[in-house]
Amino acid sequence: METRVQMSTDNSSQPNSLAGVAAGRRREPGTSPLGSGLEARGVHAWFGSHHALENVSLDFAAGTVTALIGPSGCGKSTFIRTLNRMHEFIPSAAMAGEVLLDGKDIYASGTDVTRVRLQIGMVFQKPNPFPSMTIGENVLAGLKLAQMKYDGNKDDLMEETLTRAGLWTEVKDRLGAHAGGLSGGQQQRLCIARSLAVNPKVLLMDEPCSALDPGSTLRIEDTISQLSKTMTIVIVTHNMQQAARVSDYTAFFLADGGPGQMIEVGPTNEMFSRPKDERTENYVSGRFG
Amino acid sequence: MSTMTHHETVYPKRPWKATKADLIPVFALLVLAAVVDYAVVAVTPMKGKLAYALLFFVFGAGFQMVLKWKQLGRRAAIDSLAGSVAITGAALAFIPVISLLETAIVKGMKGLYPGFFIHDMSVANYQSPLNQGGVIQAIVGTLYLIALATLISLPLSLLTALYLTEIKGKASGFIQFLVQAMSGIPSVVAGIFIYSALLLTTSLRGSTIMAALALAILMIPTVTRTAQEVLLLVPADLREAGLALGATQWKTVATIVVPAARNGLITAVILGVARIAGETAPLLFTLGVSNKINFNPFFGGQSALPYYVWSGLADGTELGIDRAWSGILVLLMIVLALFVVARVFGTRKVKTK
Amino acid sequence: MADTGDDPRVSSTLIERPVPEKRKLTTKPRPSDVAFRTTLNIMSYSSLLILAAIGGFLAFRGFGAFKQNGIGFITNSPWSAIVGDNGKETDIFGMGAMIVGTLVISTIALLIGVPISVLTALFLTFYAPERIKKILVTVVDLMASFPSILYGLWGFIVLSPMATYWAKLIYKYLGWIPFLSVPQPAFDRSPFLAGIVLSIMIIPIVTSVSREIFGQTPLDRIQAAYALGATRWGMIRAVALPFGASGVVGGAMLGLGRALGETVAVYSVLNIVFKINWHVLYGYGGNIASMIVQKFGEASFNEKKALLAAGFVLFVMTLLVNMIANTVVSRAVKSGK
Repeated sequence: METRVQMSTDNSSQPNSLAGVAAGRRREPGTSPLGSGLEARGVHAWFGSHHALENVSLDFAAGTVTALIGPSGCGKSTFIRTLNRMHEFIPSAAMAGEVLLDGKDIYASGTDVTRVRLQIGMVFQKPNPFPSMTIGENVLAGLKLAQMKYDGNKDDLMEETLTRAGLWTEVKDRLGAHAGGLSGGQQQRLCIARSLAVNPKVLLMDEPCSALDPGSTLRIEDTISQLSKTMTIVIVTHNMQQAARVSDYTAFFLADGGPGQMIEVGPTNEMFSRPKDERTENYVSGRFG
Repeated sequence: MSTMTHHETVYPKRPWKATKADLIPVFALLVLAAVVDYAVVAVTPMKGKLAYALLFFVFGAGFQMVLKWKQLGRRAAIDSLAGSVAITGAALAFIPVISLLETAIVKGMKGLYPGFFIHDMSVANYQSPLNQGGVIQAIVGTLYLIALATLISLPLSLLTALYLTEIKGKASGFIQFLVQAMSGIPSVVAGIFIYSALLLTTSLRGSTIMAALALAILMIPTVTRTAQEVLLLVPADLREAGLALGATQWKTVATIVVPAARNGLITAVILGVARIAGETAPLLFTLGVSNKINFNPFFGGQSALPYYVWSGLADGTELGIDRAWSGILVLLMIVLALFVVARVFGTRKVKTK
Repeated sequence: MADTGDDPRVSSTLIERPVPEKRKLTTKPRPSDVAFRTTLNIMSYSSLLILAAIGGFLAFRGFGAFKQNGIGFITNSPWSAIVGDNGKETDIFGMGAMIVGTLVISTIALLIGVPISVLTALFLTFYAPERIKKILVTVVDLMASFPSILYGLWGFIVLSPMATYWAKLIYKYLGWIPFLSVPQPAFDRSPFLAGIVLSIMIIPIVTSVSREIFGQTPLDRIQAAYALGATRWGMIRAVALPFGASGVVGGAMLGLGRALGETVAVYSVLNIVFKINWHVLYGYGGNIASMIVQKFGEASFNEKKALLAAGFVLFVMTLLVNMIANTVVSRAVKSGK
């Protein structure tokens, strides 16, 4: 449910400012059917002896879109990969802290990590559809890998997820074609549809538009807005305008010669108009990064 | 909602790695599988190593599957089965190697005595007791074979590799294809080729030089391919530095590139030698064999280690086969030594001036 | 341009600019370099020369056998060179038994060796911890350098009793299948044993090629599968196997090329007889290479030439298989990048 609240701040009178853009997006988090969301508590990350991420605590309320911004190398991507346990694939990786999904730590011993990843999906920077499969097979790939029984019509599921990803009209006549023939933007939307098919509670997006052209980027941002009605989204982006356009909350990360830290988090329009920390102010006003 | 700075020390952990507690049921079930294995074999008419191995696989993999099913469900059980199959496949690949080495060492040691490396077979035959006769003529012969084959193949291999890496002419793709095709020539074909070309209709007799020609054919592809890889590793800046100084290409190659790749080229030759040192088939058609030690590769006949082994095997008696094992052990030691030396040279960095 | 066409928020205009003409780069090489290049050029054709010479000489020498027996040289089975009472030699040369034997043994070698190699490659790439992987890779390379006569001796002494035992077992339970039956209970030194020895000999090459291709599986696809909640086996099935399939096929063909031409290992373990034998458990057989070796020592001049002709056939077979295999492998390796 969108609630438009007019903010009587100085910056909103300038329609092109980030704060102005973000002001138009202020919205209350969704209600309870989505569960209690995702929470990171005191998360640290190491690569071997290199301390890459220090003490990050973030609460992603259900039904919100949170953007993680910051200069390159500050640990945003590392952090987002601790949220769905992809960080551990790097041989020297180590972590500390907890990540709670609906109140349960996903790193607890005895957890089925494959089930965790079904509930917390991920879209990567470079689109990676499976080239040996057709478009239709790609969408259903998650179901097949999870050996999930789908009570319902698989074709309907394909149409639903592709529509939510904003790709249905372009591919509905060629679901049997190979995925490799699509453009970059189309491939990324296919990857989004693929992630949606397993019905995750959270969708993590690691700079999903940085390899795409502006048209595809805007298309995907529309998709994100639509998706946030039914799931929690965390998006890493180095594009501040994008953060202002799509997110409800923004967290700013910085690595000041040491491990990456989360400096500040808040509602997006406040982060861009009245950040509390000086470093945040410097970054969003373009003085560095 | 910014973070508070805590000053407690936090230690990196790996909560995804299996803890000792997680591994206990795994090992326990493997032990259980072994026990059940023995029990089943004891009560049923199945017997032999095959039965033990097969049943251990069935019970071992089966119990692990059940464990995973209870812990994490059906998908994890199938994943566990796949893992068991993969490990079993790898084991099946490595068990023969262990058996090969073990047999060669155990059986070969029987025939080794100090005089083994001094005497030749002119004073004994394959049925003599094992403390007579020896393999020196074969070692000498093999050394001559290696030397001659290297002498013949190295120039051709090196020049071909240089053509492919330095000149990169239009025919490079074709030449590359040919070199790869050459590596598939069966050793027996190389042998009968030399025979048909030089020995069938002429009055020439088989000798070491003939065998060396056949072995050179087998050596060229290996040396060329490795030399090519090694030459490509020489940084382009070295070549550019030489050319920028006004040197001709051949001077650059001869004085800069080849010396820089020296270690790798030595590796290439060693790998080629390892390839041919153990070859038997070509020798059967081209070598003039003598059981006496002889330092003339052109006349009088020599021997070679693989031939020594072959003769023992062909003899068929127990003593003959024992000698064959001893010969194999010596051959194996030489090949292993070459392998180790090639590794050592291969891992030394390319020399840059 | 991708999707920008119908999005009014994004404009796309191109300005045409003339492209300048490229200059031709020329140089006059010094004489020493001309000599250098020419030498290398000529020398590198040595491989072509050698291959042509091999094919040429073998075909030339063996021509008589081809002419005399026609296509029957390859398809017929009897091989005999009998010297009659009048001192005249009657020759009938047919390679059929050799070719059938070669195919039978090589097929067994592939059927056993390729699955083991693929499993080993998967284990090394996706399951083995780093330290174990390094050791095992070294062992595989070591295996590749073992002399084939070692495999022959070992097969003859160590493996033969076990293979006979297994053959009897297979016959007991599966002997109703035609090619697994035997006319008489003679299980020693059969094509089955030779096939097993060959399968072990091709494991290094097939494993190496498979491992190389699996190691190139694109990381982003692997991560996509895991991010969708796949297990390790699920990822292998969805990503690694489709990606590596063509490379594995190429590797298997290289293994086949090796198996086709193997001589002493087969000669040591197999009871070489010049008769076609489809019963893999039954104790005799041969392949082209081992039969050449067996007959050569006592062969008459004509028979020697016929054996050279057989060698020519083997040469062509292995050359074709290897050429196709190398093309398949290099294409698989290239398309992965």
